[in-house]
Amino acid sequence: MAGSLRQIIHDKLLAALKPTQLLVIDESAAHAGHAGARPGGETHFRVIVEAPAFAGQGRVARQRLVHAALANELAGGVHALAISARAPGET
Amino acid sequence: MDNPVFERIRKDIQENDVVLYMKGTPVFPQCGFSAAVVGVLSHLGVKFRGIDVLQDPGLRQGIKEFSNWPTVPQLYVKGEFIGGCDIVREMFEAGELQQVLADKGVPATAGA
Repeated sequence: MAGSLRQIIHDKLLAALKPTQLLVIDESAAHAGHAGARPGGETHFRVIVEAPAFAGQGRVARQRLVHAALANELAGGVHALAISARAPGET
Repeated sequence: MDNPVFERIRKDIQENDVVLYMKGTPVFPQCGFSAAVVGVLSHLGVKFRGIDVLQDPGLRQGIKEFSNWPTVPQLYVKGEFIGGCDIVREMFEAGELQQVLADKGVPATAGA
């Protein structure tokens, strides 16, 4: 079931944030062999998300919105989650 | 009921202008994200206290609850939570981190 966690993260963010742009990248391979990595991968993800919900929110608040949508995943197997969060119209 | 670790965290972030909760030490970071924040602070010439959460499972979990932030590293300046690796890097690149440090009266020897 390779890529299943990536799909779960994608679907949860889609449901929670109604993003206008969403990219979830599994970067686990780049971290293989170091702390937090597991043989099966699916530990390190990068999320690039554009959503109206971020408008008028600071950096910390934006990331907390992403964290909240992925609370179960972050409490479980996801070791690292890099987040780039912007509102529509921002560069 | 307050987590007993919270008292220690409050003390650390009150007594030190800049505190980085991290994996490993500033000299030997054990994680690339922690290393990146150490790199930014060192580049700016900011004196900071690095606290290794790997030495203490209670702190490792407690800091996440205290900050309402699920990952490490975490940067505090003058008792205020600034963010993790992505935020520190974005703020540094935008010049915002330098501004926050200046506004809070934290000396930085580089980039002034």
